[in-house]
Amino acid sequence: MYLITSKERLTNNVVRMDVSAPLVAKKAQAGQFIILRAKEDSKRIPLTVAGQDPNKGTVTVIYQIVGAGTMELDTLNQGDSLHDFVGPLGRPSKLDGLKKVCVVGGGVGCAIAYPVAKKLHELGATVHSVVGFRTKDLVILEDEFRAISQAIRVMTDDGTWGEKGLVTQALKELLDAGNAYDEVIAIGPMPMMKFVSLLTKEYGVKTTVSMNAIMVDGTGMCGGCRLTVGGKTVFACVDGPDFDGHEVNFDEAISRSRMYADFEAHAYEDACRLYGREVG
Amino acid sequence: MARNMSPKKTEMPAQPADVRSRNFEEVALGYTHEMALAEAARCLQCKHKPCVSGCPVGIDIPGFIGKIAEDDMESAYRILIQDNALPAVCGRVCPQESQCEGVCVRGIKGESVGIGRLERYAADWFATHACDLPPKPVPNGLRVAVVGAGPSGLAAAGELARMGYEVTIYEALHVAGGVLVYGIPEFRLPRAIVLNEVKALEELGVKVETNVVIGRTLTVDELFDMGHEAVYIGSGAGLPNFMNIPGESLKGVYSANEYLTRINLMNAFLKDATTPVMAGKRVAVVGGGNVAMDAARCARRMGAQEVYIVYRRGMQELPARHEEVEHAVEEGIIFKTLTNPVRILGDDKGWVTGIECVEMDLGEPDASGRRRPVVKEGSEFTLAMDTVIIAIGTSPNPLLRNTTPGLDTNKWGCFITNGPDGLTSREGVYAGGDAVTGSATVILAMGAGKQAARAIDQYIQEKHANE
Ligand SMILES: Cc1cc2nc3c(=O)[nH]c(=O)nc-3n(C[C@H](O)[C@H](O)[C@H](O)COP(=O)(O)OP(=O)(O)OC[C@H]3O[C@@H](n4cnc5c(N)ncnc54)[C@H](O)[C@@H]3O)c2cc1C
Ligand SMILES: Cc1cc2nc3c(=O)[nH]c(=O)nc-3n(C[C@H](O)[C@H](O)[C@H](O)COP(=O)(O)OP(=O)(O)OC[C@H]3O[C@@H](n4cnc5c(N)ncnc54)[C@H](O)[C@@H]3O)c2cc1C
Ligand code: SF4
Ligand code: SF4
Ligand code: FES
Repeated sequence: MYLITSKERLTNNVVRMDVSAPLVAKKAQAGQFIILRAKEDSKRIPLTVAGQDPNKGTVTVIYQIVGAGTMELDTLNQGDSLHDFVGPLGRPSKLDGLKKVCVVGGGVGCAIAYPVAKKLHELGATVHSVVGFRTKDLVILEDEFRAISQAIRVMTDDGTWGEKGLVTQALKELLDAGNAYDEVIAIGPMPMMKFVSLLTKEYGVKTTVSMNAIMVDGTGMCGGCRLTVGGKTVFACVDGPDFDGHEVNFDEAISRSRMYADFEAHAYEDACRLYGREVG
Repeated sequence: MARNMSPKKTEMPAQPADVRSRNFEEVALGYTHEMALAEAARCLQCKHKPCVSGCPVGIDIPGFIGKIAEDDMESAYRILIQDNALPAVCGRVCPQESQCEGVCVRGIKGESVGIGRLERYAADWFATHACDLPPKPVPNGLRVAVVGAGPSGLAAAGELARMGYEVTIYEALHVAGGVLVYGIPEFRLPRAIVLNEVKALEELGVKVETNVVIGRTLTVDELFDMGHEAVYIGSGAGLPNFMNIPGESLKGVYSANEYLTRINLMNAFLKDATTPVMAGKRVAVVGGGNVAMDAARCARRMGAQEVYIVYRRGMQELPARHEEVEHAVEEGIIFKTLTNPVRILGDDKGWVTGIECVEMDLGEPDASGRRRPVVKEGSEFTLAMDTVIIAIGTSPNPLLRNTTPGLDTNKWGCFITNGPDGLTSREGVYAGGDAVTGSATVILAMGAGKQAARAIDQYIQEKHANE
């Protein structure tokens, strides 16, 4: 069992949790993820390592409540324990040698992007950040990004916070302004990563994306997380989750991520009834 | 008891096909006490014991059957566990027809003795009749780590624990059992049996640490740093192979591992499951082994109307256990043998709609001695499907070899060992089971674990004698 040592609500739907998992805390690096199960019969949920404290033996995850599984996870509080917590899984992000990077985060993807941006900052790189959200209430980690970025653009779809517009718009302006990035790192919903990759391809800027394919075991055993990258089949959990955005077949990945849409919708409604949430 | 000269094996009762193909409860129900006695009385107690040579771990078969015939079930069980840590499992899943029963003298004129069924009976009897637990071994204060809680790791751990070692098994998944819990379905091997065996090991003092991926959470080198004298790797061959034909990324295409894992490990067969699996109506399973049979029969139980086994050789060549093929046929699985898929077809939304296949002829025998299938020109045809499950084999997962310096593997990614000892290219690191042989059988994996345990004991004892 893995004790939840603290829990904090970042927005209505985004929650930060510190979990006691000393072995994982010692090993985890930016870009890696864990898989947890809230209770004995819960599903396995992959979440990116958003931070770790090897001395306290805790690992931080930030999750967005999107369906039945994350809703059930959210019923646990500080002092409760998770039934299972395994990691760190996946390959760490390759950040060595990067001098100037633009980190693009979309929605809860900012939680995944932040440790990467922070690590780059610690390595002495110039970090520009572009973070985008649907609306003001969903903005997370803005101060944290600001603290480590030489330049930052905060975007909302509806203009209720920061600038109105999409992350691709801000990124295009930064590129047009002559910023020569060694790499763009884009993390967020697959369609966002797809459009960032299309844009940077025009500019010839290397782009890394973090692929959150549907996973079960996370160890390379099931093949459910497979993607086509550069025409080859790869497994997101062991070959990634980071891949060259210009090589990823996004349309296929987006299609595959909708495989269980009907099941998820039903489970979501059931969970809303069970936990007394509004169906939204 | 008088010898039973019936040429036929005592039938084992089973759930009727039309009932069982709608539930996940065990298909074969096991012998009653009378049936076990009657079947045991068919054994001729041959002096030269040909059956024993057919068993990969050399169980004293006439010995344990003789005890059953005398109605001394506890002694029968004790004979079994001298050579086989998991008789309740092997009695159910060993390919007996090509092992012990394949060389049984009674099989020359009639049917062999039902060795597997008797083994299962004795083990199940023991599990339901509280007998004294074996005495706790005297700890010798030395630690050994085991990677993977499949049959191979469990067997090695049990053997080492009985010798007094302090054994910790590190398992990547959230439960112990390996393929026995994530692959082989409940209706063939109830989960409770495996968990029972794991519990028995824990009572012997073996620690099972789930949720630890060696190579990620801890490395093999760290296991040594933590004070383990030796490491046994029983990490299996869990990496699914795909066919590399067009259409494998469509929604509705599964590896058998994923399909079975969702159903067995994640309980997708239960009504209020939290992990989904597609309940296809027309399902094609590509392959002809136990894995393919299990996937096909799961699909049936998940409500599929038509389930096909698509296999490139003939019925005679199916590598699955005979009993599983028979059961599959009874359950209405349709066998499309001498057929090979060349393409999976989909619609504009990315869902599977069918498979295009070619017919095959059997040509000259290949290196494995089996006749090689060759494509019949111009024989393309399509089958309408909404789900395709690929069950054409697995390879060892590359994680350990990529994270452990000095551990040699062959071109299939299997660990190279010095033979039966299981010593790898690194001192103190032993390996066995599917991780060394590629996908094989439960009993071979267990046998390898047990033999390696003896070699590990010898290695540690010698190391300390030289200090
Ligand atoms: C490597 C990786 C890292 C991730 N990191 C984070 C993170 O840091 N924070 C965060 O909020 N989310 C993260 N996710 C996504 C998170 O795992 C899913 O949101 C979660 O599993 C949804 O479960 P649910 O039951 O609440 O929702 P569901 O209703 O089941 O699904 C909602 C959506 O989530 C996706 N999803 C569902 N099940 C899985 C699964 N088993 N694996 C992956 N995606 C799934 C599907 O695309 C689905 O449309 C990550 C995913 C991966 C693969
Ligand atoms: C669906 C199916 C049906 C089968 N039916 C039969 C049958 O009827 N009869 C028969 O004899 N055989 C059958 N087999 C084959 C048999 O199950 C295997 O040969 C046997 O399980 C191999 O045992 P093992 O211990 O070597 O590996 P596994 O059972 O694969 O166990 C390996 C374990 O190691 C864990 N692991 C892997 N890597 C790591 C790591 N890095 N760190 C920690 N843990 C790790 C895995 O999670 C797993 O639990 C079947 C196989 C399948 C898939
Ligand atoms: S372990 Fe398998 S091969 Fe050996 S006697 Fe038992 S059923 Fe036969
Ligand atoms: S060969 Fe058959 S009949 Fe002879 S001892 Fe073995 S099981 Fe009994
Ligand atoms: S999640 Fe199963 S192989 Fe990647």
